[in-house]
Amino acid sequence: MAERRYTKDHEWIELNGAIGTVGITNHAQEQLGDIVFVELPAGGKKLTKGGEAAVVESVKAASEVFAPVSGEVVESNPEVSKNPALVNQAAEAGGWFFKIKVANPKEVSELMDAATYKKFVETQH
Amino acid sequence: MKPDTVSGNRALDLEEPLLFELGRPGRTGVDLPDAPKVASRLGGLDREGSIGLAGVSEPEVVRHFVRLSRNNYSIDANLYPLGSCTMKHNPRLNEKMARLPGFGDVHPLQPESTVQGALELIHALGHWLKTITGMPAVAMPPAAGAHGELCGMMAIRAAHEAKGDTNRHRVLIPESAHGTNPATAAQCGFTVDPIPGNERGRIDLAAVKAKLGPDVAGIMLTNPNTLGLFENEVIEVAQAIHSVGGYFYADGANFNAIVGKARPGDMGVDAIHINLHKTFSTPHGGGGPGSGPVCFSAALAPYAPLPMVIEQKGRFHLIEHRGGKNEPGEKSFGRMRTFNGQMGMFVRALSYMMSHGADGLRQVAEDAVLSANYIMASCAADMTSPYPGPCMHEALFDDRFLEGTGVTTLDFAKAMIDEGYHPMTVYFPLVVHGAMLTEPTETESKESVDRFIHVLRTLAKKAKSGDAAFFKNAPRYSPRRRVDETTAARNPVLRWTPPAPKAQAAE
Repeated sequence: MAERRYTKDHEWIELNGAIGTVGITNHAQEQLGDIVFVELPAGGKKLTKGGEAAVVESVKAASEVFAPVSGEVVESNPEVSKNPALVNQAAEAGGWFFKIKVANPKEVSELMDAATYKKFVETQH
Repeated sequence: MKPDTVSGNRALDLEEPLLFELGRPGRTGVDLPDAPKVASRLGGLDREGSIGLAGVSEPEVVRHFVRLSRNNYSIDANLYPLGSCTMKHNPRLNEKMARLPGFGDVHPLQPESTVQGALELIHALGHWLKTITGMPAVAMPPAAGAHGELCGMMAIRAAHEAKGDTNRHRVLIPESAHGTNPATAAQCGFTVDPIPGNERGRIDLAAVKAKLGPDVAGIMLTNPNTLGLFENEVIEVAQAIHSVGGYFYADGANFNAIVGKARPGDMGVDAIHINLHKTFSTPHGGGGPGSGPVCFSAALAPYAPLPMVIEQKGRFHLIEHRGGKNEPGEKSFGRMRTFNGQMGMFVRALSYMMSHGADGLRQVAEDAVLSANYIMASCAADMTSPYPGPCMHEALFDDRFLEGTGVTTLDFAKAMIDEGYHPMTVYFPLVVHGAMLTEPTETESKESVDRFIHVLRTLAKKAKSGDAAFFKNAPRYSPRRRVDETTAARNPVLRWTPPAPKAQAAE
């Protein structure tokens, strides 16, 4: 299984070949609380690293989800649109947001690995 | 808790169903003759079914809304610590003045000669606003705070365009800003570039300087900021933004902390909206309209919107159209709404200002700041603040004092409802974890603030004592228990549907 990488904005990406699967981390869903709405990018949409990719709305706040890397959206997760609670239940599994054709794989390897992200989260309050 | 009475009522607390569940279909409060039969001219678009109005008589309607109104929380009932909203007492003198027929009954399309008094009042209020902000021009039309922001940013855009400077697309906005700031910038076609705060909760001046460039249209900054802290480097921020040809928009939502004490004009501000319905009473517009006049620096003054009131030889004129060269309104960005603002709010605000006087307005700010600091200092032993005081008009707490208790900011707020208090603003600003933004305003006496502090401290101690269930079950005494916000948001029920019809017996 491919390795997961993480951003400071609490997105994760897992690269399989040229296709990366993107979601928000378990820590992010815990902070957001009950998620009630998710707006996902349509297939074919071109994203820039750090640019807005999706919107996630919880009972507390609406937050932007940023593209961890640049590329073109291949598909978004219809299950998450139908049932936003899936993000709370399985943020880093079935609650993925979208798949992206990664323009530059190096952008993925530059992100934090699991251990580094874990340490990063511990410094946040 | 549901009372054990037969009716479901609890003495003066009357249980009230929905309007549609009252009465019966077809009941009405008036007895009108049948409408004459005419041929339909709707071209087949006639309504097919009943529109389903509630079938209630006049006394049923009156009782329904009176009963609901008794479940309403208001500043007239108790302390209302809703941070960022400045929920202050609305002096009854304001209401008396606003209802004077010469003010209350004027129509915006009346000829100028018949509304000289109303125009003079608008002019006088504008003078007060220019004086307390230290700025040379004012636009009265904006309908509320966010509309004022829009007005200010449209003037900034107009000023850049007048210079042929069309490549300024970036607006700098602190991460702690009111959500309306980035929304306004986006609405005006700008992109938002967020600026982080520093370890003292103020805007990071170095980050501002690092973001400067020829494509920066301006900055939007609230002072005091949403963390209830004074931006002590505000002059340096203004100088930095001006050095690249940008303009400085100030969000005046927190003006109550500095009115009569410090002038935005002296801080280098180019445009600032004043929420008349916060700083000058009538909180939340009294449920009616708000009002958000915008004061402008000399640089932006020519671009102010229409209409505007001017005085010439003792007469007052409403300038409705762009004038010719060197005439009023020559470079105005135009009209952003039909009429020149909210007359009722103007009367209330001027009444508030004139009855307080300059010394009274200064004391308003001093007492508001004192009250907030009193709360912050008094609760310091039991609650936590993200930034050390002194604060301005708002005491900000975070949820570190709840860590490990199982009680969240939301649970804490719900327990305050049982104690008879509207909760403070929670989970805003977003940059503070579990934020509780508390704004007592100058309205409260020391006794009132002491009672409030006693409740806060007692609840904080109770949370730390390990009684999380007490908080999870709150509110217990409100007409309805805790609302299931998640289900309400995921599966909203937006309209009442009639119960399935029972089998009709022949009548």
